[in-house]
Amino acid sequence: MTEIFGVPIQALYGQLMLGLVNGSFYAVLSLGLAVIFGMLNIINFAHGALYMAGAMLAWMGMEYLGIGYWWMLVLAPIAVGLIGIAIERLMLQWLYKLDHLYGLLLTFGLALMIEGLFRDLYGVAGQPYSIPEALLGAFNLGFMYLPKYRAWVILASLSVCLVTWFVIEKTRLGAYLRAATENPQLTQAFGINVPLMVMLTYGFGVGLAAFAGVLAAPATQISPLMGSNLIIVVFAVVVVGGMGSILGSIVTGLGLGVIEGLTKVFYPEASSTVVFVIMAIVLLVRPAGLFGREK
Amino acid sequence: MNRRRIGYGILLAIMLVAPTVIYPVLVMKVLCFALFACAFNLLIGYTGLLSFGHAVFLGTAGYVAGHSIKIWGFPPELGLIFAALAAAALGWVIGSLAIRRSGIYFAMITLALAQMMYFVFLQAPFTGGEDGLQGIPRGKLLGIIDLKDDLNLYYFVLAIFIFGFWIIHRTIHSPFGQVLKAIRENEARAISLGYDVAKYKLLAFVLSAGLAGLAGATKTLVFRFATLTDAHWHTSGEVVLMTLLGGMGTVFGPVVGAATIVTLQNELADKVGSLVTVIMGAIFVICVLAFRRGIVGELGALYRKMTGTR
Amino acid sequence: MMKRKVLALALSTMLLPVAGTALAQTAGKISGDVVKIGVLTDMSGVYSALGGKGSVLAAEMAVEDFKAKYKPKFKIELVSADHQNKADVGSNKVREWYDTEGVDMVTDVLNSGVAIAVAKVTTEKNKIMMNAGAASTRLTNEDCAPNNVVHYVYDTYALANGPGKAVTKTGKDTWFFLTADYAFGHSLEKDSSDAVKAAGGKVLGSVRHPLNASDFSSFLLQAQASKAKVIGLANAGGDTINSIKAANEFGITKTQTVVGLLTTIVDINALGLETTQGMMFTEGFYWNLNAETREFSRRFFSKHKGMPNMLPAGAYSAILHYLKAVQATGTDDTATVMKKMKETPINDAFAKGGKIREDGRMVHDMYLVEVKKPSESKEPWDYYNIKQVIPGDEAFQPLALSRCPALKK
Repeated sequence: MTEIFGVPIQALYGQLMLGLVNGSFYAVLSLGLAVIFGMLNIINFAHGALYMAGAMLAWMGMEYLGIGYWWMLVLAPIAVGLIGIAIERLMLQWLYKLDHLYGLLLTFGLALMIEGLFRDLYGVAGQPYSIPEALLGAFNLGFMYLPKYRAWVILASLSVCLVTWFVIEKTRLGAYLRAATENPQLTQAFGINVPLMVMLTYGFGVGLAAFAGVLAAPATQISPLMGSNLIIVVFAVVVVGGMGSILGSIVTGLGLGVIEGLTKVFYPEASSTVVFVIMAIVLLVRPAGLFGREK
Repeated sequence: MNRRRIGYGILLAIMLVAPTVIYPVLVMKVLCFALFACAFNLLIGYTGLLSFGHAVFLGTAGYVAGHSIKIWGFPPELGLIFAALAAAALGWVIGSLAIRRSGIYFAMITLALAQMMYFVFLQAPFTGGEDGLQGIPRGKLLGIIDLKDDLNLYYFVLAIFIFGFWIIHRTIHSPFGQVLKAIRENEARAISLGYDVAKYKLLAFVLSAGLAGLAGATKTLVFRFATLTDAHWHTSGEVVLMTLLGGMGTVFGPVVGAATIVTLQNELADKVGSLVTVIMGAIFVICVLAFRRGIVGELGALYRKMTGTR
Repeated sequence: MMKRKVLALALSTMLLPVAGTALAQTAGKISGDVVKIGVLTDMSGVYSALGGKGSVLAAEMAVEDFKAKYKPKFKIELVSADHQNKADVGSNKVREWYDTEGVDMVTDVLNSGVAIAVAKVTTEKNKIMMNAGAASTRLTNEDCAPNNVVHYVYDTYALANGPGKAVTKTGKDTWFFLTADYAFGHSLEKDSSDAVKAAGGKVLGSVRHPLNASDFSSFLLQAQASKAKVIGLANAGGDTINSIKAANEFGITKTQTVVGLLTTIVDINALGLETTQGMMFTEGFYWNLNAETREFSRRFFSKHKGMPNMLPAGAYSAILHYLKAVQATGTDDTATVMKKMKETPINDAFAKGGKIREDGRMVHDMYLVEVKKPSESKEPWDYYNIKQVIPGDEAFQPLALSRCPALKK
């Protein structure tokens, strides 16, 4: 077995791959946050809780209704998207005229409610969810052992990210969206239903979170706490990337995931803090974030 | 003015007899959180800065106080002062980073940095990680008064609370406090008037961190325990909730909020289990949607309405 | 300012004597004519399957059985609470129990971090903890409290010795530990390392993971990179189950042996025999040992829909032993009851000829078990081959090696 800096190459690639998996989650989640922030000017604290809800729904679908992974990969994001739309119509829309901080506080309260509800129902120990049959097993690449499911996670989340990027940057719908972000009044004056777009954007954003949740379900324990542990790291990712660009948040998410993976190889003690340290450095050097513009 | 004095007098009397009626440890917990919320209110209510990682100061001071008293043998009063200073120093570091951005970003940065410190505490040897720092002796105040007795400790904690409350009160009504309010209302104008806004913000942040630290150190002394829970983002959220519920930017709001939340948690914990979190979340949502002035704010508005605007 | 201080002083001097008498216990009587027992456990977290509701049920059974057999004149009350695996939550709850609810004894208290904190409060308030769930040997060593704490069921020394020596002697002599990062994991790693070294093996390193970790893959990759022959899991409950699953997913079980150092029948049931066959570990109780264990376990099963492991069984026995001592001495005074408990041998469904040593360690036989192949299992929960009965005096750390400061006067 070959070694690099005294680390077996198999472990190095293994951790890199896990870093990419984590990075994919960061990317999908920070993408959702960025899309929502662009339209609503709200930092959606409930994002982590809705990510967890996606995973929980996948598990519940299997447990109570016998609906398998592939169906839930579509159904859970739709369900969570609908919940999101309800949240936007019932609560968020009353806050747009106020200080943006109230949006953060409201979604924080929602996050607590969702998390507490699932905690009450299922405890914090976590539920197991088995990997779908088609993705069982692993590719033995010789230099490393790549579980098929993890490869699928990376593939699926990157595709979703790229499709989102394409829709927003290259299509007519995306053009409306960007216009509404830039100047809602003017866009409204052109006869485009901006409140509807805001509503759908929020639904889509949290749908993305649920999608990531379903992807995560077979790879980790489905615990009510899985979202809140992740969301704070994603906040740091968002600060590092800045929320100006869609592509920026995808790249930052993946990049920080990989860096985290590498830290686990060379200095595991720092692996949980490295993203935050990078955030602090970025703040010192470039307060607006790597891809951000100072508003 | 006279009426206000009477009000304070009644409150003080209630606080003095409270431990004979209610379980003193619970009242002390309320006082610690009340001080913590007041310190937090100095930022959100009077400077307009939402720090979403304020628990880190509570937790840090808890560990510093615990370590200095248990391992280095500091007397309690010295341990508390040292811990508050340490929290203020950490406040300076985090504050200098966070005030580089404002609004939502400020909230996210404080949250992220607090989470980083949480992970540091999780792994650092002196904190005892998941086990916490246990069995911290309460010691003797000034070498005379034995704090092992709950009632002695209670009056000590009450004195600390009154001291902290007094400092905040003085700050708000000082010229410095006026500048902070100006920043809250209109930052651009404050800059144009020639105030070094960043410096004022940082100073307010450091003061708030130090007082939050004092609260955390006191809590450690009460429970003889320094723990990760105090540094967790959940606690950061709780203090936001206390302040929001009581009334942001009101003098007594945070105290009322802290008393309500702590009592509620204590009463409900055994009855509804983890539904407590759901209830906390629901209070959050209701406050934001319909009740943004908080209990004290609404009462004040009602009072002004009844007596005619003054 | 002056006035306040005077008032405070006056008030506190007035109130002190009142508080003093209220707290004082009159020996020779049962306080409030009620013996109150608190079951502090993990109700919803990563260890809830080990103790949790099972322990509460066992406590109820103990009280019922005691009432039926001994017809006590005093009342017995049970309270229970969830410590959420947080040491501060647990110790605050127990402090409140002692201060305001008149609880005399707490039991279960799984999770070593919580247990050590509760031991401190128990000593401070001079009550009794009959620990049936926590494993760290610190409870009878560095953090011992022989006048207030009985460590009843098992500890990391007993857990580590069986498999540590047995596995190393089969030629699998290089170990790497995956350790839960708190008091329990640290103790188990240390005691296992000692056992491995004593059997001539080598420890290559360890990696620590947070309690209730969500994903073990990166930790296991570190373990894999060590090239050790054995990966020792110094964790428990849900963490052990997830470690074993992740080890399977990454194909680690094909080249390395995974040993769960604290495994109970509940974990085996969750993972299935297919995954766990051939695993070796130490248990303090097995339902299918003899007529008495079967009788107790079947009764437990009928209400819990699962067989008891050593935690509920131990809590059952601990409560019985405590109540018998209260009955015999006619008091719930801590020192008297403790003395009586230490004098009396323990003989019930859980332990035969058990005795509580002066350091608070309850010494009884332990069992080195091997998990059956699926083909060998003849009925539900028929999971173990008992490889060896380890007599109590060998299973637990000898008293002479104790690091308990209170014993070295």
